Amino acid sequence: MASPHLDAAYNLARWLTRDPHDADDVVQEAYLRAFRFFSGFRGGDGRAWLLAIVRNTFYTWAEQRGRHKSDVEYDEATVGLQVTETDVDKNLHGTDPEKLLLRAADLQLVETALLRLPTEYREILVLRELEELSYKEIAGIVGVPLGTVMSRLSRARLRLRHQIEAMDQP
Amino acid sequence: MNTMNCEEARELLPAYGDGELDLPRSLALEKHLDGCADCTAALRIQRALSQGVRGVTYHRAPDALRARLRAQLPSPVAAPAATTASVPQAQPRRRRDWSRWAMPIAASLALAVGLNLMLATQRSQDVLRNELVASHVRSLQVEHLSDVASSDQHTVKPWFNGKLDYSPPVRDLTQQDFPLLGGRLDYIAHRQVAALIYRHRKHFINLYVWPAQDGDAAPDSHGSEGYTLVHWRHEGMEYWAVSDLNGEELRHFAELQIEATTDKTANAPNT
Repeated sequence: MASPHLDAAYNLARWLTRDPHDADDVVQEAYLRAFRFFSGFRGGDGRAWLLAIVRNTFYTWAEQRGRHKSDVEYDEATVGLQVTETDVDKNLHGTDPEKLLLRAADLQLVETALLRLPTEYREILVLRELEELSYKEIAGIVGVPLGTVMSRLSRARLRLRHQIEAMDQP
Repeated sequence: MNTMNCEEARELLPAYGDGELDLPRSLALEKHLDGCADCTAALRIQRALSQGVRGVTYHRAPDALRARLRAQLPSPVAAPAATTASVPQAQPRRRRDWSRWAMPIAASLALAVGLNLMLATQRSQDVLRNELVASHVRSLQVEHLSDVASSDQHTVKPWFNGKLDYSPPVRDLTQQDFPLLGGRLDYIAHRQVAALIYRHRKHFINLYVWPAQDGDAAPDSHGSEGYTLVHWRHEGMEYWAVSDLNGEELRHFAELQIEATTDKTANAPNT
C-alpha cells in the first residue's frame, strides 16, 4: 500500500475540495510535497504530518484558482473568539431540542449542512470527528493556538446547528 | 468548588464533550450538570451534533489513485537504483528487461517501504519517548526514585556492576547545580537500562543511559505531554534526559554531561 494514511489524506482532501477529481489532484500534489520535504519531517505523528501537508496543499491550490476566501477569519475577528451570550441563549432557546436531535441523526441532512459550512469550520469538524484527533494535534495541523481550536470547534458546531435548523426537512 | 455557574459550565462543555477537559474541572462540571437541566440539554445537543458528523461519509482513497501514486511518485531511493540499472551495453537482453521495470519497481518499493518505514520508525520513536516519560512519572509517583541513594558518583557507578552488561558513565554535577541523587535500574525499550537521578532546584531529572548503536549525536529536545526530553549520543552511549524542566535548562544539563564525560580530568573529586 502506498501509505497507511492515504485514506485519511484523501478523506480530508475530499471534504475540503468537495469534489472527487479535485481531491485526487490535491492528494497527488500533497504526496509529491511530502516526498520533497521528507527531510523536513522532524518527528511526531506521521498522520498529522501528512494531513498538515494535504491541508497546505489544498489552500495553495484553492488560492491559485481563486476559490477560497476565508470568511471564518473575518467571522472570528469581528464576532470575537468566544461564543457570545446570544449564542448561549440560542443554545437554550433555539428550535425545539427534540426536533434538533432528530435532525442531527439524519446523516443526509448533516452531510449537506457540513458541505455548506465555511472551509475552516468543515475542516476542523472533519479533523475532530472523522479523524478523531486531539485538540493538540489539530492545533499542530491547522497552525493555531489550542484556545483557537477550542473556540473554532464551538463556532463550527454552532454554525452547523444553525445550518441544520435552517434547512427544510426533505 | 461546587459553585460553578452556567456561564462557566457552558464554556467548559465543548472540551468536556470532546474528552479534553482535565479531571478536576470535569468533576466540578459534572457536579454542576447534576443539578442543571439546561446545561445537560446543551451537552446533549453538542453530543448529538458530534455524533451526527461522525456518521457522514468517510471518503476512502479510490484504488485508481492508490495505483497512480504508487506508479508516479519519485523518491530519493528510486533515483540512484534506476541509474545504476540502466548501464546499456553488457548483457543487452537481460539488462533491457531489467531496466524497463527498474523504475516502477524501485519507485513502488521505495514508496511502500520508505513511507511505511519512516512512519514505523517515527512510531517506535514515539513509543520510546512515551516509555521514557511514563518511567519518569512512575519514578516520582511511587517514590521509587533510586535503588542506590548516593550523591557520590563512586558509589553509584559500582552499584550497577553485575546488574547491567555495560557500565554507564556517572558524573556528579553538584557544582553546576545539578546534584546527583542516586541510581536505579529501569526497563526501557525491552532492556534493562541505568537511570541516574539528578536534581535541579526543585525539579528531578531522570537520565537514562544505554549502549548506542550509532555514532555521536548532539543534544536534541523533544516535548511530550508537558515533559521535556533531550536525547544525545556520546562516546558509544545513548542518553535520554527526562524532566519537567524547560528545554533550555535540560539542554544545558546535557551539555554539562557531555563536557563531564569528555573531559577526563573532570573526574577528579570536585567537592
